[in-house]
Amino acid sequence: MTSSWKDWALLIGFSAVILCLPILLEPIGANYPDLLQKIAIFGLFAIGFNILFGLTGYLSFGHAAFIGIGSYMAMWSYKLLTMNVLPAIIFSTAIAGLLAFAIGYVSLRRSGIYFSILTLAFAQMMYNLAYSVLTPLTNGETGLQTRAIRSDPNQSLLDGDIRVIDQAFGVEEIGVPTTNFFGMAMSGYTGFYFCAVILILGFFIAQRITHSNFGMMLKAIKSNQNRLNYTGINTRPYLITAFVISGMYAGLAGGLMTATDPIAGAERMQWTASGEVVLMTILGGVGTLVGPVLGAGLIKYAEQKVSSWNEGIIADFFSFLPDGLRDFMAEISSLFVGEGWHMTLGLMFMIIVIFLPGGLMEGFRRLSVLFRRPKNRETMKSATIPSTKPGESIAPRAAE
Amino acid sequence: MSNQVKEQAKTEDEDRGFKRGTPNTVLHIDDVHKSFAGLHALSDVDLDVREGETHAIIGPNGAGKSTLLNVCVGRLKPDRGAVVFDGNVLTGKSPHQINQLGVARVFQTPEVFPELTVLENVMVPALSKRDGHFRLNPFSSFSGEKALRDEAKHVLESVGLQAQFDDLASSQSRGDKRRLELAMGLIQHPRLLLLDEPTAGMARHDTNATIDLLKKIKEGGMTKVIIEHDMHVVFSLADRISVLAGGRIIAQGTPEEIKNNPRVKEAYLGEEQV
Ligand SMILES: Nc1ncnc2c1ncn2[C@@H]1O[C@H](COP(=O)(O)OP(=O)(O)O)[C@@H](O)[C@H]1O
Ligand SMILES: [Mg+2]
Repeated sequence: MTSSWKDWALLIGFSAVILCLPILLEPIGANYPDLLQKIAIFGLFAIGFNILFGLTGYLSFGHAAFIGIGSYMAMWSYKLLTMNVLPAIIFSTAIAGLLAFAIGYVSLRRSGIYFSILTLAFAQMMYNLAYSVLTPLTNGETGLQTRAIRSDPNQSLLDGDIRVIDQAFGVEEIGVPTTNFFGMAMSGYTGFYFCAVILILGFFIAQRITHSNFGMMLKAIKSNQNRLNYTGINTRPYLITAFVISGMYAGLAGGLMTATDPIAGAERMQWTASGEVVLMTILGGVGTLVGPVLGAGLIKYAEQKVSSWNEGIIADFFSFLPDGLRDFMAEISSLFVGEGWHMTLGLMFMIIVIFLPGGLMEGFRRLSVLFRRPKNRETMKSATIPSTKPGESIAPRAAE
Repeated sequence: MSNQVKEQAKTEDEDRGFKRGTPNTVLHIDDVHKSFAGLHALSDVDLDVREGETHAIIGPNGAGKSTLLNVCVGRLKPDRGAVVFDGNVLTGKSPHQINQLGVARVFQTPEVFPELTVLENVMVPALSKRDGHFRLNPFSSFSGEKALRDEAKHVLESVGLQAQFDDLASSQSRGDKRRLELAMGLIQHPRLLLLDEPTAGMARHDTNATIDLLKKIKEGGMTKVIIEHDMHVVFSLADRISVLAGGRIIAQGTPEEIKNNPRVKEAYLGEEQV
C-alpha cells in the first residue's frame, strides 16, 4: 500500500507521455502515425518480453513466433468473421497464449543457454512451417491478406473472404474493406491511439504483475531459483505462467500489427525479430517498467530515420568541412545509414552494454543521483551512520 | 491381533535402546547409503529424531553430515534406504514438496536471494508457507501483505537484523546472511528445522546470541536437527547427539553418554582435545 501512490503517479505520467507522443515527437519529425503505431506496438511487445526476461532472467530467443501467430490469427478473424479489430486481437492473444504454453512447457525444462536455444529452435520451426506445410493457412511467401467477399463458395479462402459476422449485420463493402473498431477506421492517428490505449493497459498490467506476490516469486527465481525450491516453491508453474503471459503480450502485439496494416507474413517470425526485442529491452533497461518501451521507441525511431538517410543528406551534414575531409567523412558515415542502419544499431547497442549495462534507465538514474546529491548530503549522512557497524560497506538498494 | 503385534514390536524397539519407530518419532532415516564415485559418504545410516527434541549431529569434517541433510531435503537421492518424515516417505520427493510437508533447512554456505532486500528474503518463505507451492495471484499487491510483513519484521528482530530491513541481502556480512537464513527458516514455523552449522562464520558474540535464540525456539517445541562443531554449543543445546564418522553413525545418546563414550573420544573428541 505504501508505494501505491508512486505506482499511480508512474502510470499517469506514462499514459500522459504516450498519449502526447504525436506532439512530443514533432520536433524530431517522428510524429507520423506509421512510426507512432510501431513504437506503441513494439513497446507492448517489449513490456511483455520483460515480464519473462526482466523478472525471471530467462532469455527467450523465440518470441517472434508469438508475434507471427498473433498476426495470422488476427488475419483469419478479418477474413472469416469481421473487420472489427477487437475479436481479432482477442484471438491473437489467446492463441499465442496456448502456443506459449506448449513451447514453454518443453523449453522450461532447461535453463540458461539451453532454454534460449530451445526457444530459438521452436521459433525457427514455426517460421519454416509457415513457408511449407502451413502454406494453406499462411499463404506462404505472398503473405495472408484481406480480400473482397468471395462470390463463388468454391474459391479458396486465401483469395476470397467470407466475414460471416459483418455479412450477418449487413455491413456494406466496397472492394477490400479496412479494419475498424466498431466503425472507427483504424488508420492514421486513430490507429495510433487505439494501440496507445492498449499499450497503457499492458503497462498497467505489467506494473501490477511486477508488484504482486507472483512478481516477487519471479524475482526470487531470477535471484536464486535453487533456494526457492527449498523454500517450498514449485518454480516450474511460475515460469510457465510468466512465459505464457509474455507470449500473450507478443501475440497481442502481432494482432495490433495487422490492425493497422492488415497483412501477415512469415518474416515477422524470423530470428532477427526475436533478437530485436532483446535489444530493445536491454537498451532501455532490463527489469524496469519504462525501459523496454523506451528501447522500443528508440530502435523504431532510429530504424525509420537512419535507414531513410542517404549520401546526399550526409554530405549536407558535413558541408562545413573542407572538401577532402567532407568526402572522407561522408564515405565513412554512409556505411551507417540507409541499408547499413543495422551498423548504427549495433554500435548503439555496444556502447550501451559496455558503458551502461543497466540500459538507458540506469543512465537516467545516474543523472538524477548526480543532480540530487548536493541537496541531500546532510540527510544522507545522518541516515546512514547509526545503522551499520564499522567496516561494513553501505550498499544502497538500487531504485525500482 | 494387530494390537498384540504392535505391542510386541514396540517393546522390541524399546529393547534395542534406540526406540526405532517409537510413536513420537518425527524423522526416521532408515538404512541410508550414499556414495560419490566410490567414496562412501554415508553407509548404513539409521537415525530417529523425536518430536520436540533438538538432535545434534557431530563429527569430523567430511564425515557426511551435510550429505545426510541433503538426502533429507531431496537435494540428493540415496543409493539405498529411505527417509520418512511424519509418515511420508521423503525419498523421491522434490525439495519443494518436502518443504511443504514442514521440513525447512538452513544451509551451511548461506543461500539467500542476493538481489532481494532482507525483508523480502523473509517474506518469500512466509508466502510459500501460507499460499503453498504455487498460487496464481498476479494481481495481489506484495506491498499490501501487511500481516506477513509485520511477522517477517518480528522474526528479523528476533535474529537481530532489525537495522537492515531494506538493505539488499547481497550487501550483508557473512554472519548476517546466516542469521537471515535462520529467519527464513523460522518464519515458516516448520515441524522440523535442519540447521547446518548455523553459527559457522559468525563472530563470538553473534554466536552466543544465536545460541540464545535457538534455546528460545527449543522452548517453543520445534523439532530440530543441528550440525555443529562447537562442543560448547552442542552440549548446551542438544537433547540427544549422533556422532558421524566416515559416513557411519558410531554413537548415539544423551550428551552425558556421548561425553563418556570411548569410541567418540577416540574418533572425534580426542582430536579436539589434543
Ligand atoms: N556432491 C558431491 N559430490 C562428490 N562428493 C561429495 C559431494 N558432496 C559431498 N561429497 C563428499 O562426501 C564427503 C562428505 O561430505 P559432507 O557431507 O559435506 O561432510 P561434512 O558436512 O560432514 O563436513 C566428503 O568427502 C565430500 O567431499
Ligand atoms: Mg558440512
